Amino acid sequence: MYEEWLDKYEYLIELGKNLESYPEDAKTDDKLIKGCQSRVWLDYELKDGKIWFRADSDAIITKGIISLLISVYSGRTAEEIASSDFSFIGEIGLRENLSPTRANGLVSMIETIKRVAKENL
Amino acid sequence: MTIKDIRDKFKYTSRTVAGRPVVYLDNAATSQRPAEVLDKYLNISTLSNANIHRAVHTLAVDATDEYEAARDAVKEFIGADDRREIIFTSGTTASINLVAFSFGEAFVHEGDEIIVSEAEHHSNIVPWQMMCQRKGASLKVLPVDDSGHLRIDVLETLITPKTRLLAVTHVSNVLGLVNPIPEIAQICHSHGVKILVDGAQGIVHQRVDVKKLDCDFYAFSGHKIYAVPGTGVLYGKKELLDAMPPYMGGGEMIETVKFSGTTYAPLPEKFEAGTQNISGAPTFIPAINFAKEAEAVEAETSKIRDYVLDALTNDPRIRLFGVPRETSEKIPLFSFCVEGAHHEDLALILDKMGIAVRSGQMCAEPVMDRFGVTGMLRASFAPYNTMEEAEYFIKSLDRAIRMLV
Repeated sequence: MYEEWLDKYEYLIELGKNLESYPEDAKTDDKLIKGCQSRVWLDYELKDGKIWFRADSDAIITKGIISLLISVYSGRTAEEIASSDFSFIGEIGLRENLSPTRANGLVSMIETIKRVAKENL
Repeated sequence: MTIKDIRDKFKYTSRTVAGRPVVYLDNAATSQRPAEVLDKYLNISTLSNANIHRAVHTLAVDATDEYEAARDAVKEFIGADDRREIIFTSGTTASINLVAFSFGEAFVHEGDEIIVSEAEHHSNIVPWQMMCQRKGASLKVLPVDDSGHLRIDVLETLITPKTRLLAVTHVSNVLGLVNPIPEIAQICHSHGVKILVDGAQGIVHQRVDVKKLDCDFYAFSGHKIYAVPGTGVLYGKKELLDAMPPYMGGGEMIETVKFSGTTYAPLPEKFEAGTQNISGAPTFIPAINFAKEAEAVEAETSKIRDYVLDALTNDPRIRLFGVPRETSEKIPLFSFCVEGAHHEDLALILDKMGIAVRSGQMCAEPVMDRFGVTGMLRASFAPYNTMEEAEYFIKSLDRAIRMLV
C-alpha cells in the first residue's frame, strides 16, 4: 500500500523537476498562494483568448502537484476552467490531499486557478 | 517496567498508517496518552461529574477532592513549597499570558524592559510584545549562537536598571537543548530581574525542581506530559502571585462581590476564574505517575537519543540545529534540514512510510530566521518509542532523501 503511494510521489517529484522554469523576478508576494506550508507561486498570461499558467514551489511534491494542475488547465479558456468540476483530482488518487488541513495546500491552488478564471470571464 | 509494558498502555500503537504500524515521532507537539489517563478522564466525567468547590453534595465533594489532589500531585512533582503556588490553566500559553498580564499590571511601567531569548516559541514572545505595547515597555532579545546555545555571556550587557523580567525556555521546542536555568536565574536575581521559564518541553524529559531551578515562574502544559489537552500549570512564587492582580474576573476568584467593590479570593482561586477543567486537571495524577514509571526505561531512551544524534550528525546531507556540547544536555528532539530537499516533501514521504514527524516553522519563526531557513523537519521521541522505530526512521529518512535529491 505504501509502495503504491511512494510511486505516486516519485511521479510527482518527476513532474516537479521537469516543470518549465519560473522567472525569479515573478516570485513576488502577490503571486504567492496562501495556505500552503511550502511557498507556491502561480502566475498567468492571456494569449489568444486562453489562460496560460506558470508556477513554482520550493517543495518538489507541491511543485509536481501544481505542474499536474497546470498541464490540465493551461491553454484553456476562462469558461472551460470555470466550468470544470476538478473531479480528475479524486480520480487520480489525490483526493486525500483535498482536506483543507492538508499542508500541501492543494485546495488553495485550485481556488487560485478558479479565481483567475472568474476574473477573466 | 519495559518499553513493551509501556507500549501496552497506549492504544495508538495498534494502529497503522499507509499499511504499516505507525511510528509517532511528533511527541514534542503532543504526547500520546496512556490508558490510566483516559480512564481517569472518563471516570470523572461519568461518575464524579460536578462543579467543584461550592456545592455540598457528594459528587461535588468527590470532584473537588480529585481536582485538589491533582494540585498536590503537581506541587510534589515540581518541588514547590506551597500548593497555593500551583495555578491550573488551560496550558503553557495561558500560563504565560496570565503572567504577562498580571505581572505587567503590578510591576511593569513605561520605559521598563523585558528580555526574551531568540529561541522562544511564539507563545513566549507574543504575550510579552502585547504587554510591552500596553505598558509602553520594550522587548530585548537574548541571542543564541550557531550551535543553538543561549549567549549567556552577553546576558548581563542586556540587563539594565529598567529590566523587570526575563522569559526563557527550559528546552527549546526546536533546538532541544536544556538551558542552564539555575545559572541564568542567578544572573537575573543578582540584578533584581524576575525569571519566567517556559517548561512546555522541559517538564517532559527530566525531573523539574522549581526550587533548584530558582525560577520565579514555571509554565507547562498537560498534553505534552501525557495528561489531556486543555490542562496546564503555572507555578509562581507565592509572594509574587500575591502581589499580582487577577487576570480574569468571574466566579470562583472572588471573596465578596458588591456593586461598591469586589474583593478577591486568596491563592490559588484568585487566578482560576470560572469553571475549570474539572475532568482534565485530575488526569495530572495518572500522567505524573506514568512519567515517573517511564523513568525505568530512561537508559533505553538515552540510547535511542544517542543513536539518532549520531546518525544525523554524521550524515553530510543533514544540518542539525541544536548541537549539544555533551549528549546529556540534549533531549530526544531533533530538528534539521536536508540540503536540496524541502522539509514538507520529506514529511509527506515519511508519512507514507508510516512515520509522523513535524515539518515547518514549529511556532518559532525567529529561530528559523536566526538559522536562515524557511522551516525544518523535527523528530521527537517519547518513552514508548523503540530502538527499532528509531532505526526505521533513519533508514526511511535516507530513502526519502534519495527520492528527492
